[in-house]
Amino acid sequence: MSLLKSLRVRASQGSQYVADLRSAVPRGFRGLPVISDASCASECRACAEVCPTRAIALSPVTLDLGRCVFCNECVQVCPQEKIAFSANPRMGGGTREQLLVRQEAEEVMKVRASATFSKLFGRSLKLRQVSAGGCNACELELNALANVNFDLQRFGIEWVASPRHADALVLSGPITVAMANAVQLAWDAMPEPRFLAVVGACAISGGLYEHAQSVERGFLGHVGPALYVPGCPPHPLTFANAILDLLGVA
Amino acid sequence: MTSSVLVHAVAVARLPSFDVHAWRSELLERLTAGLRVVTLYGRRSHEKEGTVIITAVLQGADRSLQVLRTCVDAQLGYHELTTERPALHCFERELHEQTGLRVAAHPWLKPVRFQGQAQAAMNDYPFYRIEGKEVHEVAVGPIHAGVIEPGSFRFMCQGEQVHHLEIQLGYQHRGVEARLLQLPPARLAPLIETIAGDTSVAHTWAYCAAVEQLCARELPLEVEVARAVALELERIAMHLATLSGLAADIGFLQGATSYGRLRTTAINTLMLLCGSRFGRGALRPGGTGMSLSSELLPQVLDNLELLRVDLAIINDCFLSARTVRHRLREVGVLSRERALQLGVVGVVARASGVACDARDGVSQGAYQVQPVALCTAAEGDCFARAQVRIAEMDASLGWLSIMLARHPGFARSRPPLPALAPGQLVVSIVEGFRGEVVHCLETGASDTLVHYKVQDPSLRNWMGLALAVRGNEISDFPICNKSFDLSYCGHDL
Repeated sequence: MSLLKSLRVRASQGSQYVADLRSAVPRGFRGLPVISDASCASECRACAEVCPTRAIALSPVTLDLGRCVFCNECVQVCPQEKIAFSANPRMGGGTREQLLVRQEAEEVMKVRASATFSKLFGRSLKLRQVSAGGCNACELELNALANVNFDLQRFGIEWVASPRHADALVLSGPITVAMANAVQLAWDAMPEPRFLAVVGACAISGGLYEHAQSVERGFLGHVGPALYVPGCPPHPLTFANAILDLLGVA
Repeated sequence: MTSSVLVHAVAVARLPSFDVHAWRSELLERLTAGLRVVTLYGRRSHEKEGTVIITAVLQGADRSLQVLRTCVDAQLGYHELTTERPALHCFERELHEQTGLRVAAHPWLKPVRFQGQAQAAMNDYPFYRIEGKEVHEVAVGPIHAGVIEPGSFRFMCQGEQVHHLEIQLGYQHRGVEARLLQLPPARLAPLIETIAGDTSVAHTWAYCAAVEQLCARELPLEVEVARAVALELERIAMHLATLSGLAADIGFLQGATSYGRLRTTAINTLMLLCGSRFGRGALRPGGTGMSLSSELLPQVLDNLELLRVDLAIINDCFLSARTVRHRLREVGVLSRERALQLGVVGVVARASGVACDARDGVSQGAYQVQPVALCTAAEGDCFARAQVRIAEMDASLGWLSIMLARHPGFARSRPPLPALAPGQLVVSIVEGFRGEVVHCLETGASDTLVHYKVQDPSLRNWMGLALAVRGNEISDFPICNKSFDLSYCGHDL
């Protein structure tokens, strides 16, 4: 009886994995912003003023993905349709500078592959996630990378329970005062070679909590991230593509 | 008003003024008469130096809300109520922590989240200790082994059994409430959405409903329905996340994978409507950021049909599997009596036989035109909490299919709002997937906010978890924890 029920589940489950993570585009997703060549009305500052994280600079219009929370407010106030969000999830960057979206931006952002990272971690990468004030949206999306849809294990990339077993620290949240020391301890416990990946607007720039009273970002002053994964929260495909780019996996 | 959620507004000047002794006895009297405490909180008075204004919100059996307010000297304070009314424990601790008010003779004034200056002393605050033969302690956290938020757990064990679990939180404290007062009140939605990012829709709805009340703005039913569609999709998605985790924790892998991939379908449906798998941007004061076009509708209906069909298959397998029943039955029991005593809310309360759901019995709005079934279970164990989640998903799916047949489309709307009415106190309650989300907004003499109190259901439910673990083994803790599935950041703010 229970075997039959199991078989029914198996039949309904079918095959669920996203066959090609590199080309998948999630339908309806508010992803990589595109800045058009429309000219702004003179003195118009509507988008910059409405942005809750001051992610937009003007003349020329530039959008910082490291601050953007994809709230869509800028699109709604703009009289010229200067900014639009595409469904493209590929937004990762290897440097902070790379997260600036300009008018002449390329359609697909790509993290530059590192020969060293490829050699060290290309076939096996163990990740330790630490949430330091994350709101559980980044954490759920990172967890989703290990589900049957995204199945990042197919590339030898896995979450591990201890920093001792990890090659990379994947940090989410703005880093609360109460977690500052724990983040440092987790990093110190990781054997070299190791690297840091920061996930979501909070971790990259402080995001909505940049000016909150209980945030302490000193850790990022002396440990530089090798990978920036923007979003609020980042889509699993954003993370997957960024990390595969970095490792030079096709 | 047409609001689908419970909103209560009072002019602050019209509130009866009680001195603290009268307030205390009035509060006790009403609680004894069968009213339920919704929230109790305080703020330092701006008008009178050295005093604290305490606000208690109570709910009667007819769902109506009452507000009891007093102003008390912070040094004098009042005599604690927790001993008589344990449901007030978290409120009195928080009140003392946030305002410095003296709460005399309180049995355990440990800060709930160590905010502000207290943060430095977080590691020094003593845990309870037990002493004796075969006694040992296990400390876990703040960083845990999984991809989850931080919190510290101290198990005090006698042999194999957990005698007591002390949960210390606050690691996620970012200073949300303070930040909410620094920004224009009509533009708080993006911040509100990150209070607890897995229940963004519930928190944002509570915020929007309160702001709309302050602007005296009534919404068309279409907007109410769109919001409720987002809330129910969020509920389905998060119940699936919980069940997937619970199945993984007991090694029932078909449950883990099936519930996990069905969650993908649920959140992708929400993304079709609003651009985010977590409902970011779905709700804004005065309107919504959601649209359901005729091109989109077939995909949305297909997704819901897939959820209905495939959920029935995995639910049947999960609930009838001997291994599941054996592992979840009689583990992590929270009795009805204790649930009522502690004032736990939401799924946790309903699984212990307490019939409470903010969507139930509303007199207007989306849940009035089509009520959603109230789901309870009697046993109060991990299995009961799983059963309630499964029943609620079915109820939400049924509700969605009926409502989308009646309202097969909605469009974004974002009408400008007038200024907020001054001198008002508004309380709004939304039933999120964990339980009631309560927001209390108070405007000052102008149209600015003087206080914004946020309450996630987790604040009240963490103590339920601590008590449910007693008498179990440590190895039962992950299962108990997952079956409660509480928020760290929603608690820590």
